[in-house]
Amino acid sequence: MTFALIGNQNCGKTTLFNQLTGSNQHVGNFPGVTVDKKEGTIKNSGGAVVVDLPGIYSISPYTMEEIVTRDYLLGGEPDGIINIVDATNIERNLYLTLQLLELEMPMVVALNMMDEVAGSGGSIDIQKISAGLGVPVVPISASKNEGVAELVTVALRTVQNNERPKHHDFCKGEVHRAIHSLAHMIEDHAEEKKIPLRFAATKLVEGDEAMMDKLEINQNEREIVQHVADEMEAALGTDREAALADMRYSYIEQICAGAVHKPGDTAEQLRSVQIDRILTHKVFSIPIFLGIMLLVFWLTFGVVGSTLSDLFAAGISLVTNLADEALTRLDVAPMLHALIIDGIFAGVGSVLGFMPTIVTLFFFLSILEDSGYMARVAFVMDKLLRKIGLSGRSFVPMVIGFGCSVPAIMASRTLSSERDRKMTILLTPFMSCSAKLPIYSVFTAAFFPEHGALVMMALYVTGMVVAILVGLLLKGTIFKGNPIPFVMELPAYRLPSAQNVLRHMWEKAKDFVVKAFTIIFVATIIVWVLQNFSTHLSIVTDSSDSILAAIGQVIAPVFAPLGFGDWRAATALITGLMAKETVVSTLAVLMNVGEPAMLVPVLSQLFTPLAAVSFLVFTLLYMPCVAAMAAVRRELGSLRGAAAAMAFQTSVAWVAAFLVYQVGMLLGF
Amino acid sequence: MTLSELKIGESAVVTAVGGEGILRRRLLDMGITPKTKLMVRKMAPLGDPIEIRIRGYELTLRKEDAAKITVEKLSESGK
Repeated sequence: MTFALIGNQNCGKTTLFNQLTGSNQHVGNFPGVTVDKKEGTIKNSGGAVVVDLPGIYSISPYTMEEIVTRDYLLGGEPDGIINIVDATNIERNLYLTLQLLELEMPMVVALNMMDEVAGSGGSIDIQKISAGLGVPVVPISASKNEGVAELVTVALRTVQNNERPKHHDFCKGEVHRAIHSLAHMIEDHAEEKKIPLRFAATKLVEGDEAMMDKLEINQNEREIVQHVADEMEAALGTDREAALADMRYSYIEQICAGAVHKPGDTAEQLRSVQIDRILTHKVFSIPIFLGIMLLVFWLTFGVVGSTLSDLFAAGISLVTNLADEALTRLDVAPMLHALIIDGIFAGVGSVLGFMPTIVTLFFFLSILEDSGYMARVAFVMDKLLRKIGLSGRSFVPMVIGFGCSVPAIMASRTLSSERDRKMTILLTPFMSCSAKLPIYSVFTAAFFPEHGALVMMALYVTGMVVAILVGLLLKGTIFKGNPIPFVMELPAYRLPSAQNVLRHMWEKAKDFVVKAFTIIFVATIIVWVLQNFSTHLSIVTDSSDSILAAIGQVIAPVFAPLGFGDWRAATALITGLMAKETVVSTLAVLMNVGEPAMLVPVLSQLFTPLAAVSFLVFTLLYMPCVAAMAAVRRELGSLRGAAAAMAFQTSVAWVAAFLVYQVGMLLGF
Repeated sequence: MTLSELKIGESAVVTAVGGEGILRRRLLDMGITPKTKLMVRKMAPLGDPIEIRIRGYELTLRKEDAAKITVEKLSESGK
């Protein structure tokens, strides 16, 4: 038995899902799209499964989330619906409910946050709401785990007894006439395609193109649909979409009028207004936001993250040493030994070293998200990002990009529009991540010892400027057309639940470990082989004989117009794909100086000061490290998309460095 | 007048919802339907978007979109 769990955003759906399933859950994808599909077994239900669908406000055919939900509900997999409704915001939440009722499936409404309603002296007559909707309604408080057991019992019963909604005729007058006459006409189509008749008819009246295609109605029938809709519009003096929205909201108002007693705003709503006086204040809001981000950064990359990272690194080196000893004792062939220890352990280990940072960062991010603050960030920052075709929600991933692109790209998951998500993923790597700092510091020490800070500042600003320019370019080309409108709920502030936050951290950590042991594992082996074998497939003693060096020699001419056509620079850039700081350690090896710090006096053999700047600009902008690539591939949901993103970023880097070098030459530097 | 012309703290009743496609649908879905009462709660620090209160919850939308919603202002006494 399978239930679909569905509801608006911010109604406590994730909390209820966690209460229903406990730890019995796993995350997958809906076929073909990057929308998460969370599935779990309901506790004490005899094995019933619940699927968590995306938070949506309506079953219209516009956003990817809405389409996924609709296809899933019509696809025949679920046996029943659990519709969660925020009782403190009941009118707007029931709007989705009325559309779900038209699916004529067994359904139960979970009226959540009843504790908050009661706490403010309000009450909701459950019987009356249930009678009005024609389905069972169970009052619950998901965060306190109240009423959840009863909800499960009722849900199981509705499916076992096949209790369909008692009625779905919320309309009267002209709308009623239109829906019924179309229902008559498409009865055979709907039956053949196994689409609930009432749902199909309503969507046709609404002007839903996707439904017309799905029903495969012919030209003649299309004209009848148009005619019926035109007549209705003429009689009502309004258009079809507004007429149906009005029909639903009128019915909801009618149900609520007799059943919902709300003396005023709930304590949580009143508190939110107070909190917003400060957090979205005219003057203070932006400094407060920057302060919060700074604090999160400091805690993540400074205090907590670095302590955990050190502990983690110590753990990894302990395991590495143990493995090293074991291999020695087992007398494993030296080449295999070297591959395992210097290749796999060192490579995967260094990437796994990111893990504490990622987990810590997502701890803070889920608190900010679940508390309702992220919606305010979007509200405050929207105007700044709108010019490059993004909305305020993209601000947070971008800022995190200054720390590390991997969690930044992973954080783009919370963006509600696919277009915003893709653009954010493309632009985030231009924010200079912290792994590039060692490169900057060696180069500035070698070439601009007096103006180190200035050069670094300039690099950070260059990254941001390039992101803005590329954003403008994308907005006018690939991402042309209508973005998802910025019409967003500002939910009441609520205390995040520990369970949700921990689960979120766990999911991100798991995601990252899986990446580390698949794509990063393979990349590590490849790079190790390239570094340690010559083109004749014998082990090299001098790194300049390796396959990698040979590749460096082949591609070096590509960088000649940028001022660094030396094969050693090219080779360093390739190894930088493992992790950016590797660029300097590779250069150190290839220049025979041991430590990266020793590079300072010898770098001028490879670069002129202008070429050094050009090299830094290229390093700043070219494709991210393999861990970030893996994140991009995961979030874009396609290898081709990720490859295109990498090629695009590298091209941008090449052009920028080319301009720097050539213009610099013209100016006589 | 349109929703974007209302001042902070002013209340109004929606008379017509303009715009088209996904924007219009989203506005209607979020409960901005004719005859609904709303109040402008505040404006973002940079002057845009705005925050309104409608059907018992807070909604934010951009001014350019708010300009497509026609409203009739309620006088202070009509609250």
